[in-house]
Amino acid sequence: MSDLAQKLKNALPRAAAGLFWLAVWQLAAMAVGHGGLLLPSPVQTVAALSALLPTGAFWRRIGFTLARILLGFALAVAGGVALGAASARWRAVRVLAAPPLALARAMPVASFVILALLWVRSANLSVIVSFTQVLPVVYAGVCAGIADTDKELLEMARVYRLPVLRTLRYIRVPGAFPAFAESLSVAMGMCWKSGVSAEVIGLPDWSVGDALYRAKLTLATPDVFAWTLAIVALSALLSALARHGLTAAQKRLCGEVAA
Amino acid sequence: MSIRIRGLCKAFGAKQVLRGFALDIDGPLVLTGPSGCGKTTLLRIMMGLETADAGSVAGVGRVAAVFQTDRLCPQLTAAGNIALAGGDAAAAEKELRGLGFTDAELALPAARLSGGQRRRAALLRALLCPGAGTLLLDEPFTGMEAELAARAAAAIVRLAAGRDTVLVTHDAATAARLGWPVSAIL
Repeated sequence: MSDLAQKLKNALPRAAAGLFWLAVWQLAAMAVGHGGLLLPSPVQTVAALSALLPTGAFWRRIGFTLARILLGFALAVAGGVALGAASARWRAVRVLAAPPLALARAMPVASFVILALLWVRSANLSVIVSFTQVLPVVYAGVCAGIADTDKELLEMARVYRLPVLRTLRYIRVPGAFPAFAESLSVAMGMCWKSGVSAEVIGLPDWSVGDALYRAKLTLATPDVFAWTLAIVALSALLSALARHGLTAAQKRLCGEVAA
Repeated sequence: MSIRIRGLCKAFGAKQVLRGFALDIDGPLVLTGPSGCGKTTLLRIMMGLETADAGSVAGVGRVAAVFQTDRLCPQLTAAGNIALAGGDAAAAEKELRGLGFTDAELALPAARLSGGQRRRAALLRALLCPGAGTLLLDEPFTGMEAELAARAAAAIVRLAAGRDTVLVTHDAATAARLGWPVSAIL
């Protein structure tokens, strides 16, 4: 069987499942009625999204939210790597970092948003929330990656007196990267969801969360669904891009072993 | 006299592995002994990876080693692993070919090499390491067929010349193949 035929064979059941749930959604919307006020149909949702897509306001909101969430993500990745590496080196750092990171993991996003609103402008809320949600995940990934690094190769590096940078490039980074990449993949989905949730509470101007909330206030339910669809699509796109980038990086750093 | 080992003791829990071990090493030496007699522990102490409970080791220069396991970076080729330890890549390829590597095998990452190929790469990494005055070779012929082991032995004799070398084995035939002085650890 050719690759294309095999791919089609694999895709068919998923496409069928998607169509099944679209049909369920359509039937449910028809059953509920009220012109889509409570539950818009897939067609109404796509129509609302089609109306939003050509507007500058839609893209401005997407850009606003995306930039802030990705900034929070990037800061958290940098912080998680630095903190994870420091924790592996110094036990005191590990002990000190544990309580705030445990708190960040356990604290509901809503509680944190309300507290954060006391300290920062709502416009920067999604940066802070994205940062605090991603940091513990990346930190854990870095720590797990460092723990996974082949001890025998590290001994070899010590005996051969390999320079620090070579040990880092050829032993430590390839050893730690798979767990780190896995954490980034998980964190990417988390930061997007938590960032938009924060915006719905903080309502910064020109954010996706603000648009979602306004649509709900005006009972423009198809718009609520359209914005949600846009959020889900962007989340999937970002996750796919992250996966692609991480796979390429892993192949380059770790060779065929982890590819 | 280059390396002087005196009164070396090492125990792991209740198991005494080395008990007052003494040895002078000047040039090449084959160290034999039954499994579990402390050969690898002695090498690990000489490499600085274990601390002796008592006794002293003096005169160990910069070490290049073949470990019990191959310890190659799995993503690098055999020559890449040799170059990582400072060996010349062109010389590495030449020596690897001499030990039976084909062009295709030279292009493979270590993770896809056979056990015998990895062992030969690990051996050449030690032999071609520049500036290493002490070579510690722990069972370097493991996984090699007789003909390749003979070629590897010839490479060891040629490339280890002029350096303090300890080759550990439990195989008497290997010891005879090298024509080096033999010392037993009991």
